[in-house]
Amino acid sequence: MNPSDAPADPLLRVSNLSVSFHTREGEVQAISDVSLTIDRRECLGVVGESGSGKSLTGAAIMGLLPRNAVVSGSIQFHGQELIGAREADLRHIRGRRISLISQDALTALNPVHTVGKQIGEAIQVHDRTVSRAALRQKSIDLLGLVGIPDPSRRVDDYPHEFSGGMRQRVLIAMSVANEPDLIIADEPTTALDVTVQAQILDVLARIQDRTSSSIMLITHDLGVVAGVADRVVVMYSGRLIEEGETDNIFYETAHPYTRGLLASLPRLDARDRSTPLYRIQGFQPSPAERPSGCSFHPRCDVAIAGTCDIELPARHEVGPGHFARCHLVVSPGESS
Amino acid sequence: MTPVEQTGQAPARAPRQAKRPSFWRRFRQHRLAVIGMVILAILFLCCFAAPLIAPYPKDQQDLLLGPTPPSAEHWLGTDELGRDYLTEILYAGQVSLLIALSVAILATAIGVLVGAIAGYEGGWVDDVFMRVTDLFLIVPAIALLALALEGFGRNLVSIVLVLALIGWTYMARVVRGQVVSLRERDFIQAARVIGATKAQILFRHVLPNLGGVIAVNMAIAVAGAILIESTLSFLGFGVQPPQTSWGNMLSQASGLIGTPKVYLLYFPGLFILVTVLAVNFVGDGLRDALDPRSSAGPRSQGTP
Repeated sequence: MNPSDAPADPLLRVSNLSVSFHTREGEVQAISDVSLTIDRRECLGVVGESGSGKSLTGAAIMGLLPRNAVVSGSIQFHGQELIGAREADLRHIRGRRISLISQDALTALNPVHTVGKQIGEAIQVHDRTVSRAALRQKSIDLLGLVGIPDPSRRVDDYPHEFSGGMRQRVLIAMSVANEPDLIIADEPTTALDVTVQAQILDVLARIQDRTSSSIMLITHDLGVVAGVADRVVVMYSGRLIEEGETDNIFYETAHPYTRGLLASLPRLDARDRSTPLYRIQGFQPSPAERPSGCSFHPRCDVAIAGTCDIELPARHEVGPGHFARCHLVVSPGESS
Repeated sequence: MTPVEQTGQAPARAPRQAKRPSFWRRFRQHRLAVIGMVILAILFLCCFAAPLIAPYPKDQQDLLLGPTPPSAEHWLGTDELGRDYLTEILYAGQVSLLIALSVAILATAIGVLVGAIAGYEGGWVDDVFMRVTDLFLIVPAIALLALALEGFGRNLVSIVLVLALIGWTYMARVVRGQVVSLRERDFIQAARVIGATKAQILFRHVLPNLGGVIAVNMAIAVAGAILIESTLSFLGFGVQPPQTSWGNMLSQASGLIGTPKVYLLYFPGLFILVTVLAVNFVGDGLRDALDPRSSAGPRSQGTP
């Protein structure tokens, strides 16, 4: 949580990651040139609309992209290159060093096994020597850790005997079972009630404190990010368009898209409640029909004709550790 | 299909007690399956204990007696050679049940393995496996069987092997279809996420979810094996005398259609019918029992 002891080498370094798919309409680039880093104990929020490529980025880190995906760039975890790594090596990392909490809490558990058995499996897959009794005890401890009451009894229940929020807790228990260095939480609260969302985020934060894992929190909800993340990256149409400390993003917003997202959040302290909520006009383009130049320009209020629709904006530094891809942003050092 | 009564059962869940016996609890709630199980158990016991309990020694002829209708001495009557028909049926049952079970187990094993691998791997593996399956499906089974049995000799082992080799295709197709849809389910993805290997995913996550389908189709395979064995015996390619099976008794008695002794046809037929029915009931019961969500009785909590 505190970057004071940040080592020179980040836990995870994604550089120039691009993912494209061969489709009938030709090659479609779903992620273009994404670079990001996650330090130890850091929580990075990845924000974007559906289809912005944020979940795909998570899948790429796990090495779980669909078979027809073409990947370029580099993903280094503890200095080890993951792109092009052998499946057997990736398997040792998956679930043990990097784990994923999926957004499908309701369906991600196998209906025919007890939850205890499934948590145990997450451990056993990587360590066959653990005895059955030890696995069971560990499962009970983990269920307790994620806040499931009466864990020694619930451990023998089946997934259908759990509510949605409980199932998400079980998934979290599975994902932290091996105390991974990095937890990728892909929309962990989307399928859940708002009241349960807060509890789940709380559990995540508590676990991060205990296990000193890093978290990559993928979400479309800026509200979720505000409370939990140390740093935030904003994705739009397969590109990183803004990145910075959470406070930078919220208070010194640089990119018009991020500003639009923030403005469209409902606010309790709005002075004039009669004005309708701001909305960004139009839709995010599909990767196959991405506009030229800055892909946000057709929806942008402040786009400059002749520039934004032709030229891809470079990554400008807005402040320390705060970057944005926008022609309207000028780095302090640059003269325009 | 799940009975609703629950009150007679033990209290829904005693605290701190592992729910191990839930499989049997669910199976017991399926009345017909329990009845089928009991019938099968009795059939097996009687047939395989025939040397002890059969009323007459095997193949004991009484040529002077000739064919008689059921009586106090011969419960199911006697055949043309004066042999006690009940004794014959019990001994023939050994052969029929043995063939049916071994064929079903073997065909299921082959079919599940082929179907699961084809469905899970997809791509060219799927294509190759399924085209081979198609090949087995389009070959006229009876002719192939007859040919194969001529080649291998008509002993029990070769009959079982040949029947299984023909019978696995249906299971393979059903299982493949199920696996293809299962493969995309989130919990299979989740298993990959925790770093499980293909084999682990297949055996721990895919196959357990097919328990019901496999149980039901295995029951059908048992029934099918009994029936196709009868057909083969009827055509003279099946079990050879002096060994008898129900199918071959049926074919021997089929010459009696139109005579007063036609009742000799009914008894082996009845045994085949009862066995097939009982097996199917048990299959249904297994299907329900293998699905943890089918447990009857009130849920302790409302839906989430």
